[in-house]
Amino acid sequence: MNQAIKRVWVALTAMFLICLGALSYIQFFNAETLNDNALNKRQLFREFDLPRGAILVDGKPIAESVETDDGQFNYQRKYTDPELYAHLTGYYSLANGTTQLESELNDWLTGSSSDLLFDRLAGMFTGQKAEGASVELTIDGKLQQAAYDAIPDGLRASVVVTDPKTGEILSMVSKPTFDTNDLAVHSTSEAAKNMKKISEIDGLSPYVNPAIGDLVSPGSSFKILSTVAALESEHYDMNTVIKNPASVNYPGSSNTMNNFYEGICGRRSEATLEFIFAQSCNTPYMEISQKLGLEKFADVTERFGFGQQLDIPQSVTPSQFPTKDITAAQLAQMAIGQYNNKVTPLQMNMAAMAIANDGVIMKPNMVKKVTAPDLRVIEEPKPEKFSTATTPEVAADLKSLMKGPVQSGTAMNAAVPGVDLRAKTGTAQVKTLEDGTPIVNSWITGFAPADDPQVAITVTIQQVDYNTGHNTAGAIMKKMVEAVFNK
Amino acid sequence: MTEVQTAPVPRRNLELLLLLLALCVGGAAFFLVGSATEDNDSKNFLIQMGIMGALALIIHVLLRIFAKYADPVILPITVALNSLGLAMIHRIDLAKGTSQSSRQLMWTAIAILVAALVLWAVKDHRILRRFTYIALLASIVLLLLPLIPFLGATINGARIWIHVGPFSLQPGELAKITLSIFFAGYLSSNRDLILMAGRKVGPLQLPRMRDMAPMVIAWLLSIGVLVVQRDLGSAILFFGLFILMIYVATARISWVIIGLLMVVVGGVFAALTMGHVERRVNVWLNAFDPEIYQARGGSAQIVEGLFGMADGGLFGTGLGGGSPYRVPLANSDMIIASFGEEIGLIGVTAIVLLFMLLVSRGLRAALGARDTFGKLLASGLAFTLGLQCVVIIGGVTRLIPLTGLATPFMAAGGSSLLANWIIIALLLLISHNARRPMSGIVGPTDEIATPSTSRLKDRKAVTNQ
Repeated sequence: MNQAIKRVWVALTAMFLICLGALSYIQFFNAETLNDNALNKRQLFREFDLPRGAILVDGKPIAESVETDDGQFNYQRKYTDPELYAHLTGYYSLANGTTQLESELNDWLTGSSSDLLFDRLAGMFTGQKAEGASVELTIDGKLQQAAYDAIPDGLRASVVVTDPKTGEILSMVSKPTFDTNDLAVHSTSEAAKNMKKISEIDGLSPYVNPAIGDLVSPGSSFKILSTVAALESEHYDMNTVIKNPASVNYPGSSNTMNNFYEGICGRRSEATLEFIFAQSCNTPYMEISQKLGLEKFADVTERFGFGQQLDIPQSVTPSQFPTKDITAAQLAQMAIGQYNNKVTPLQMNMAAMAIANDGVIMKPNMVKKVTAPDLRVIEEPKPEKFSTATTPEVAADLKSLMKGPVQSGTAMNAAVPGVDLRAKTGTAQVKTLEDGTPIVNSWITGFAPADDPQVAITVTIQQVDYNTGHNTAGAIMKKMVEAVFNK
Repeated sequence: MTEVQTAPVPRRNLELLLLLLALCVGGAAFFLVGSATEDNDSKNFLIQMGIMGALALIIHVLLRIFAKYADPVILPITVALNSLGLAMIHRIDLAKGTSQSSRQLMWTAIAILVAALVLWAVKDHRILRRFTYIALLASIVLLLLPLIPFLGATINGARIWIHVGPFSLQPGELAKITLSIFFAGYLSSNRDLILMAGRKVGPLQLPRMRDMAPMVIAWLLSIGVLVVQRDLGSAILFFGLFILMIYVATARISWVIIGLLMVVVGGVFAALTMGHVERRVNVWLNAFDPEIYQARGGSAQIVEGLFGMADGGLFGTGLGGGSPYRVPLANSDMIIASFGEEIGLIGVTAIVLLFMLLVSRGLRAALGARDTFGKLLASGLAFTLGLQCVVIIGGVTRLIPLTGLATPFMAAGGSSLLANWIIIALLLLISHNARRPMSGIVGPTDEIATPSTSRLKDRKAVTNQ
């Protein structure tokens, strides 16, 4: 009997040892694999229990972690002026994921960036909780508010303001917008409900920042680039007289390219670039596109940033100027910003930046500095050159050409007395409604003042009827110029 | 083979010292939980440990009076495990805003007081042998109680609960004890008949049916639990107890083999035919399949437990530093995973070793007991404790499918606490019986201790003649 009891002991001990083996396997040998498992949300949960760094504008937080006792997590992400910054900050949400700056700056904000390694090590010994770094943006709060106020509710529009000398983004606003706080709630069901409501808003995607993520036809605002291409070639200079017929057939087609029927273009059958650019005549660009050829356009657009990867630090959707299987007719259309020529609002702002800054585009950037919890500055991006878009001479020519639209052409409604604004408008036909109302994308992009450019401003209105678009784009541009120069 | 007999020593002072140590372990756990979670109710832990200490002292004093030769290690280990369990339940409470720990403390008090009552009322475990068939009857009643309409209740898919006033009880927990008493009493009376009478088939000696009938009834009853009440864990436990008792009584490994074969056949049959068992097995085998992870009643519980333990790693996050509350049932079924996360592999190993030591001391009492009934009862009770631990730890670590067995003394739940504390009381009594000096007076139901098998065989030979 005792022998049996001893054997029972051996058997039970063996089973206990097997359990210890299993525990060792889970907690030591296989721990890494389990921690990396896709189903494992513990890292994310831990993040939600730690103070996350703030995102600051003018030193004031627009996104910050505040302590909460909702029983689920220690901190709740709170957004100040959420509608104003929704497309920049994005949201930090358990249920809906993390987007925009909250996602791009995650390593800084959570403190897991390698630059904060020392702080984490120190924290292990002092027992202090790891805190994330704060990120100050280049955004100017007043300009951001002005842009937000300038865009009428109900329009689908974006405003981008940058400093052409540094590439700093001073304002980037899009409407329609949403309250990021609604998506950052901890309750999964409430977050899902709010997400559904926000997704139903027409023209809004909570995942996309329209100023850098929407690709739309630039219309005539693209003529900045077409004209650069023309002036760079041996065929054209400021004095070249170009034919300006009311309409012209596309190569190998009975379809015609027309000048705007109500416009002033019709007054001259031939003109120099000054008149053509100011009145935004189309037909001369037929000739220009045929003379220069596709390769020249591909070259210029690439220098201006088309098709290139850019992080500001959000990832900017590359603008498109397709070069594959393009016919002469399609090239002519693309030369006036139609067909498959698709750009982001930021891309057209970069075009204005290039002209303002003697042909050099500075890399657009939104991060001013990153500050560790102990207020030590860990990162302060320096202005960086993005590309040489064109020569200073051509840039100077364009600068003078862009005076025309504001002084006597299509951008007159944006003029502000006392400020030398240079700009180019654009109207890209999208479709025609059944009652004949043309629906367009309306653009205006430019910079001011001409002698020492402080800002490059771009206004984009998507899917709007022609009259509203043209009038409002100019009006928004005017308000932005007034806001910048305190007029 | 002769056993070296040393002069018996009570060792009650050692017990007192170890008890202090155990209370310090529990107190430290409470303190760490309080300081890590900034729980401002820090006086709480002094009160809790004070109550725990007072209760342990009652048992200690009773042992000094009634069973002064009882094993000095059993009580401190139990107190340490119980206190650690309380601390973890308190910690989960703080995170979830529940108040399970005060309930658990109340049940601890009830359990220890009942254990004290058992110590005082039973004094000598051999009395229990008189209740062999009453114990069988009690087992049947206890196991069938949850099936009575209005009284019984189904919680988490298992119909093993009854509602008594504001409490939910699992009467099956107490059946562990009554079944052990029955098996021990029956087998100690009939082992010779079972061993000797009957036909020999090949290498196996099959007993006569009538000698085995009560055993078979008890076995069928426990299997019935699995089928009717859908409680896989208890079924494994009862079946294990049955095999163990027969093995210890007969010392024939063939019975174990037959028993294990029956487990395998029964298990495969259950897995193939019974929905809930099949689901359990599927969840166990494909735990990391995202679909099964997200399914209702899927593998989220076990997988989250594994993630938690992996998160804790070697040293753990520290008590109050992790997030064990993310695991469903973190304070009951999954409490081992909670410990694994917060005190790491090192800490959870210490807990497993405590359980191992406790079970070893129980089996040591069986080894030393001077009567067959005591040997069988102590083996049965110690094995019950050990098997519970192994089955639940194995389940949490995904060695075997997870079952709803309670981790003894730790998991939140009153019935299990009560039953396991009674087991401790009985083991203490048997160990006292085993270690006390020979009195020289031998009662009618007493047997002389049979320390070596050779002597056992001799005696059998004599009986056979």
